Amino acid sequence: MSEARLLYLKQIKRRQRWIRFFQFSALILTVALWEILARVGFIDSFLMSQPTRVWRTISNFQQNQLFTHIGVTLLETVIGFTAGVALGILTAFILWWSDFLSRVAEPYLVVFNALPKIALGPIIIIWVGAGMQAVIVMALAISLIVTIMEMLAGFKNADPELIKMVKTFGAGRLQTFVKIVFPSSLPTLFNCLKINIGLTLVGVIAGEFLVSRAGLGYLIVFGGQVFQMDLVMTSVIILGIVAALLYRLVALLEWVVLRMLTVN
Amino acid sequence: MSKILSFENVSLTYQAENGEVNALNNINFSVNEGELVSVIGPSGCGKTTLLSLIAGLEQPTGGRVLKRGTTGYMLQRDNLLNWRTIRANVLIGLEIRKMKAPENERYVDSLLAMYGLGDFADKIPAQLSGGMRQRAALIRTLAVKPDMLLLDEAFSALDYQTRLVVADDVHRILKREKKTAIIVTHDIAEGISMADRVVVLTKRPGTVLEVIVPAFANPDATPLARREDPAFRAYFNRIWKGLDVNV
Repeated sequence: MSEARLLYLKQIKRRQRWIRFFQFSALILTVALWEILARVGFIDSFLMSQPTRVWRTISNFQQNQLFTHIGVTLLETVIGFTAGVALGILTAFILWWSDFLSRVAEPYLVVFNALPKIALGPIIIIWVGAGMQAVIVMALAISLIVTIMEMLAGFKNADPELIKMVKTFGAGRLQTFVKIVFPSSLPTLFNCLKINIGLTLVGVIAGEFLVSRAGLGYLIVFGGQVFQMDLVMTSVIILGIVAALLYRLVALLEWVVLRMLTVN
Repeated sequence: MSKILSFENVSLTYQAENGEVNALNNINFSVNEGELVSVIGPSGCGKTTLLSLIAGLEQPTGGRVLKRGTTGYMLQRDNLLNWRTIRANVLIGLEIRKMKAPENERYVDSLLAMYGLGDFADKIPAQLSGGMRQRAALIRTLAVKPDMLLLDEAFSALDYQTRLVVADDVHRILKREKKTAIIVTHDIAEGISMADRVVVLTKRPGTVLEVIVPAFANPDATPLARREDPAFRAYFNRIWKGLDVNV
């Protein structure tokens, strides 16, 4: 390797290190500032909470059943997410199969997409009952339409030349889908999954605000009602971590699947 | 020699929202087994439509297309799937036709080896040159053992030098495998150099202007060598004048 090349690589590495450093420092600085301002009494820790109090709440997990609540939210998210993706892909597949049906459904999809799904809350509760099922249906309502529209667009975007190629071998519609349309929509699928993780969490938390007796959304509402801002802040922070971890999980899945595909 | 394909007064009219399009009009010609026939015509004259009719992807609105056996199609782009290895790519036709038997796979492997892709079977398409990719596309078509090959501007996506070499390659492979092929092209030189017989079409609605049987000093010359033959220029000029190209 030439000297110039080494220097270039070193520069890239150094830049990367600085980015990491500032990312980390920003977090430390915020937490430190928050703690200091609360200690000197510049902000009211009763209203704003403070890092040490958040930490105390977390260490107290046995009393406040923190892990049970995290578990409930996770379970609802995983069920809502999986159901949303499966139903969304299936519906998109049916609409891809029948252009006629797709044309008929188009205006309804547009309206449902624009509708704030939270408005359906009372209807959902009355139809499926107040409880975990209502939370899951709410999560589904929020993520499903986006999945259908994204995946349908992805399917319709498959290269017509590739489709013609398999048709020259006599491929039918199902074979065309399996051999060409679905594999070429994988990047769309993974983008969709990444968006859906966020949307499903929105649905789950909104659902828990409305009906539940457990979960991080419930904890946030409960903490707000009894003026326990420590509990609210802790729940929000944990929610942020959960969201980030789930996103990383989807990204990991994408990496594994795409690698498997190119290797075999 | 027996006839493998014949067009009898074939016409095709498309219905589109903004009117009727008369793509082909009263086409008559036939192809014998083992023959390489090129179809030359100005762009938009219905050359691709002609192949679609042979492949059965479309039906004529007048006349009939009589053919024997199966067809294999080779398109302008290689259309190799970037998520499959070269071997998996060339096997796709067998998969679709549910013919993925061990002896067919062996045949594919032998084709890959014979035509210089044996070492690249496990590579992905992006690791191959344009010429190799096009050869892989040809092997994919040959894998299903079609009785007749249809080449639709199969070289026009390649750069000029690669194109000359690949045309030579494909000609050699087709002759060696004793295949019948219909080579559609807008490139007059390519059409003359590769074919035993040249069908010249007029502009739309396409109809047969003339059928030429080019005769060269050395009948076994490769397409590249044929371009050197004194007769080549005469054929070229004759077709060029016939096409009456106005730009």
